[in-house]
Amino acid sequence: MSDTPIDSSKRTWLIATGCAGAVGGVATAVPFVSTFQPSEKAKAAGAAVEVDISELKPGERVTVEWRGKPVWIIKRTPEQLAELPKIDPQLADPQSKRKPDEFTPPYARNVHRSIKPEILVAVGICPHLGCSPTEKFAMGAQPSLPDDWKGGFLCPCHGSTFDMAGRVYKNKPSPDNLEVPPHVYLSDTRLLIGDDKKA
Amino acid sequence: MAEFKEISPNASAGAKLTNWFENRFPTAFDAYRVHMSEYYAPKNFNFWYIFGSLALLVLVIQIVTGIFLVMHYKPDAAKAFESVEYIMRDVPWGWLIRYMHSTGASAFFIVVYLHMFRGLLYGSYRKPRELVWIFGCAIFLALMAEAFMGYLLPWGQMSYWGAQVIVNLFAAIPFVGPDLALLIRGDYVVGDATLNRFFSFHVIAVPLVLLGLVVAHLLALHDVGSNNPDGIEIKGPNAPKDAKGKPLDGIPFHPYYTVHDILGVCLFLMAFTAVVFFAPEAGGYFLEYNNFIPADPLVTPAHIAPVWYFTPFYSMLRAITTEMMYALIACVVLAAAFGVLKGRMPAIFKGIIVVAAAVGVLLMLSIDAKFWGVVVMGGAVIILFFLPWLDCSPVKSIRYRPSWHKYVYAVFVVNFVILAYLGVQAPSPIGERVSQVGTLFYFGFFLLMPWWSRLGEPKQVPDRVTFAAH
Repeated sequence: MSDTPIDSSKRTWLIATGCAGAVGGVATAVPFVSTFQPSEKAKAAGAAVEVDISELKPGERVTVEWRGKPVWIIKRTPEQLAELPKIDPQLADPQSKRKPDEFTPPYARNVHRSIKPEILVAVGICPHLGCSPTEKFAMGAQPSLPDDWKGGFLCPCHGSTFDMAGRVYKNKPSPDNLEVPPHVYLSDTRLLIGDDKKA
Repeated sequence: MAEFKEISPNASAGAKLTNWFENRFPTAFDAYRVHMSEYYAPKNFNFWYIFGSLALLVLVIQIVTGIFLVMHYKPDAAKAFESVEYIMRDVPWGWLIRYMHSTGASAFFIVVYLHMFRGLLYGSYRKPRELVWIFGCAIFLALMAEAFMGYLLPWGQMSYWGAQVIVNLFAAIPFVGPDLALLIRGDYVVGDATLNRFFSFHVIAVPLVLLGLVVAHLLALHDVGSNNPDGIEIKGPNAPKDAKGKPLDGIPFHPYYTVHDILGVCLFLMAFTAVVFFAPEAGGYFLEYNNFIPADPLVTPAHIAPVWYFTPFYSMLRAITTEMMYALIACVVLAAAFGVLKGRMPAIFKGIIVVAAAVGVLLMLSIDAKFWGVVVMGGAVIILFFLPWLDCSPVKSIRYRPSWHKYVYAVFVVNFVILAYLGVQAPSPIGERVSQVGTLFYFGFFLLMPWWSRLGEPKQVPDRVTFAAH
């Protein structure tokens, strides 16, 4: 160590310079970190999708891509619809009351979570960690499912189960029901997904 | 400047050349002495000590094969899968380079897990080697990031959905999560932007960090000296030394251990090449079958699981359900009650414990189990960093610990393997229960270590290392 006394004014300026340099460094980091954000092109690619469901038969599902995610359109059978209210006690959020603005638009806040009772429109992505659940429409005992299974979906990643209205069962990793995307009927058989204002 | 050495004009050409270099670049000659010819390693190393060298060898294999793969691979969502198949079918010997790289990834984790377990057995993380261990844990973490991002590049179904799940883990963090996940993906779903940035991280950013950490790991190791199976300091003030101050229980790393390691390297390469040539997919464990299907953002494969080396941690993630949260809350309450009733500390600290436990329980009740699953999975890796301070045994090596400690370690290993197995399997109610018990045991092993590692009567540690000349 040197014995020279500390020049405090020099030290003050060194600290000030160091701070100014740090501010500059942080400011330079901003554009670099900003490049991680979705590009303008990615932001623009969110257009609504139109689907013709005239060919959809009861018990069938069609999948369309909207914002890179699968959206399912399912025509439920009367038996499947009849089961919905009966399984309420086994569900985590049967009335879709949890975060309704994110998961269930106002026109789907009902027993069947849809505009038309038989047609369910839902984003096929598990709210847990983003896998796409597989369809398990057949009722009864099968691997990874309870013996009194009433039909629905099973997420292959972490085992969350959903009923035929996309409502999650209790004590499963997924905290929420499947998302119902904004959608609107342009006519009886033409459905617009991604926008509910046009009509 | 170092002193300029003159050499006799009659010296051989080789000696003159060496002298010429030594005068101009003495650092290299010093480094050779400090790290090779005069680095004294304990002479009682057993086979467990090969895995550090092997990890370095695998690192070299990965870097070299990686450089050649990048020459043919295309980081583009539309072309990535195709370009990997092109490497496999059309690039001369491309299949070999790719299989070496994919097998190397699994080999890396095998040798690193064994290397870490060696540290656990012989207390290699204990004072004064805490930083060596911490750098090592950081390497493990960097390696996990490297493996995860590399796995997206072939753009198969497993690549895609694995990345989707792991990136969504970050979305579980309260408040900032969704934006953070968006920042990682660079798009609203895993897509081309994600693939490109993962490629950049995989081939340049993480390898640079990894190399820096490996250098720090080795430099810190050579500063404090290697541990050994007896856990005895061979360079300490009381350790036996010869007239020149060289440790009697040590031998120069070069040539003794360099030559010795050749045997281990040969055995390793025999196993490695056997996998590369005869079982590159290793039954779906090294290369998962679903990854031979191109990524499809609309369909998740019926069974998705991470590659084997992540599965113990993945099991712990899956184990955290709403039910499990009550068990965890009970653990927090019990721990706090125990600390308050039995702890010898001022009342103020007891107050802090009660408040912290209350806040913890409140958070555990108010935030989704999903987030705590992520915390548990991250915590399972982070807890390793604290091992030097958790282990309070009076002796380092398992050899001189009470015999029953061996059973504790055996159960830990079996538990880890069971968790790994369950992580590969499809979710099932029984598997869930077992993995919940396994998770509690994993954390119990570490968090209760300050207590159990002190129990029992340690055996007499000898003054000199156990070594028989052969």
